[in-house]
Amino acid sequence: MTYSGRAVVIDQDDVDTDVLFPGPFLSITDVAEMPKYLFEGLEPSLRNQLVGPTALVVGANFGCGSSREHVPQAMAASGIRFLVGKSFARIFSRNCLNLGLPIVICPDAVDAAKPGDQFELDLEAGTVTVAGVAYQVPVLPPFMRDLLDKGGLVGWVRGRIDSTTAVV
Amino acid sequence: MALTLAQKILHAHAEEGTVAPGEIVMVRCDVVLTNDISGPVAFRAMESMGATRVFDPSKVVVVPDHFVPAKDERSASLQKLLKEWADAQGVTYYGQGRGGIEHTVLVEEGWVVPGSVIAGGDSHTCTYGALGAFGTGLGSTDIAACLATGMFWQAVPGTIRIVFSGERQPFVTGKDMILAVIAEIGVGGGTNTVLEFTGDGATSLGIDERLAVANMAVEAGAESGLFPADATIAEYLDGRTERPWRAEASDPDAELVGTVRIDLETLPPLVALPNSPGNVVPLDEAVGRRIDQVYIGNCSNGTITDLRQAAELLRGRSVHPNCRAVIVPASRRVYQQALAEGLIEIFVDAGAMVSPSTCGACFGGGMGILAPGERAIATINRNFRGRMGARESEVCLANAWVAAAAAVAGEIVHPADVLEAVPA
Repeated sequence: MTYSGRAVVIDQDDVDTDVLFPGPFLSITDVAEMPKYLFEGLEPSLRNQLVGPTALVVGANFGCGSSREHVPQAMAASGIRFLVGKSFARIFSRNCLNLGLPIVICPDAVDAAKPGDQFELDLEAGTVTVAGVAYQVPVLPPFMRDLLDKGGLVGWVRGRIDSTTAVV
Repeated sequence: MALTLAQKILHAHAEEGTVAPGEIVMVRCDVVLTNDISGPVAFRAMESMGATRVFDPSKVVVVPDHFVPAKDERSASLQKLLKEWADAQGVTYYGQGRGGIEHTVLVEEGWVVPGSVIAGGDSHTCTYGALGAFGTGLGSTDIAACLATGMFWQAVPGTIRIVFSGERQPFVTGKDMILAVIAEIGVGGGTNTVLEFTGDGATSLGIDERLAVANMAVEAGAESGLFPADATIAEYLDGRTERPWRAEASDPDAELVGTVRIDLETLPPLVALPNSPGNVVPLDEAVGRRIDQVYIGNCSNGTITDLRQAAELLRGRSVHPNCRAVIVPASRRVYQQALAEGLIEIFVDAGAMVSPSTCGACFGGGMGILAPGERAIATINRNFRGRMGARESEVCLANAWVAAAAAVAGEIVHPADVLEAVPA
């Protein structure tokens, strides 16, 4: 599977999910409404950069803190197609994969990135290409590939339930 | 193969496969927990998965606690939806005013036993490690899968052993011990691992302080933070639960990711300054900071132990005129105990506000929000920018003694200085 987008860069480490989608807005359940509050506690003007397919380029331990799924929901609904980071916090990375939003760890690509750079992600080849220069990324375990192939955990579980009469 | 405690628990709950670190396994849940934030989104995802009923109603617990009592029409609608869903599914539901903060409630009500696996739609589900359970926080779609199938996917974590040794100094609590760990390994230092708390300084802790320690394992990025089962846990569970359990521990030769030693003999009370739980300094370096609001509560430090510490400082004293104090017993049981011990009276006499059990202002939800330019000291677990209100407000994290002392002084001070002063 390949993905592409223009880079929006958040050049900070330890960005928490509170600033990405602050607590007062967690009563929102309509996904279409979530993009309005993405980055609200970090830098609201970042939202203006989300034009067309986007690669979000981030630092280390991105998405630490709360388990709120509003963050990747809002990201996917805002045109973010994948994330490239130095590292990701655990629950945030699970949430992204569960929603079918690929994340890859590639510090070299992050260091090379400038805002607006064209990013390409090729999960089969295990490469991230930044403005024409390719970087190797770790190959995803088969389970995570399968998860992304099915568009996330909803599709993955639906397939399992459909094939297992015992569970329904 | 020698295994860690976390590996043993996951092995006993894994559908198939090995439990070598990094392997992805499907893990069976003993309990699935959700609340008024993760729940409504999870219920919708569960339906999309094609499931109309939960996998086992006896293993699902729903606790409204975040926007409780409802702050507006939208949050009220979430509470309504939550109760209707719980009733329709026939799962256990702790209604508003009857339970409290989810993690405190599940521990008190005997849902948590050593060796169990608890998936919760809240990052502080790691609190259950205080009782030797693999509690782990998940997002709404993960919780939907747990509700539908009873399972979640999990990459087997490594283990970092934390060895607490020696006797604590006065006014040093479990809060300070976990802040010391986060300062040592960093806010991302526990990624892909479980913290395992050992040493004489760990085994000497009561349950309440263990809850404070395990609760903030996620603030180091860890999946959970485990206290191996011991006599203290056995005593706490005696008469509280019918759930079977047995004590397990890591094999002596199990492979660890690392070992961190914390010497309690020299550990002072600590404060995490804005805007990170890893921005930790000794109390002495934090003193003198003006405080607008003191907040004592939340799933890490709203226990009866914390309230007793706060009452010791506030008994016969007043909250400083330039400061306000919000005290949040973490559950109905904690509230009742505090009433019985006269603590609530002490707080009200001192001019503090006593709130119903809620996550409330801890996550900026309501019941004590900060204005721009204000600074709070709080016994909560996170001080991210804007966590308790305005983006231009600040939160310092500390134990209940230090927080209560700040309420009296209107600034951060050493609790001993307040106790030694002649009451006003």
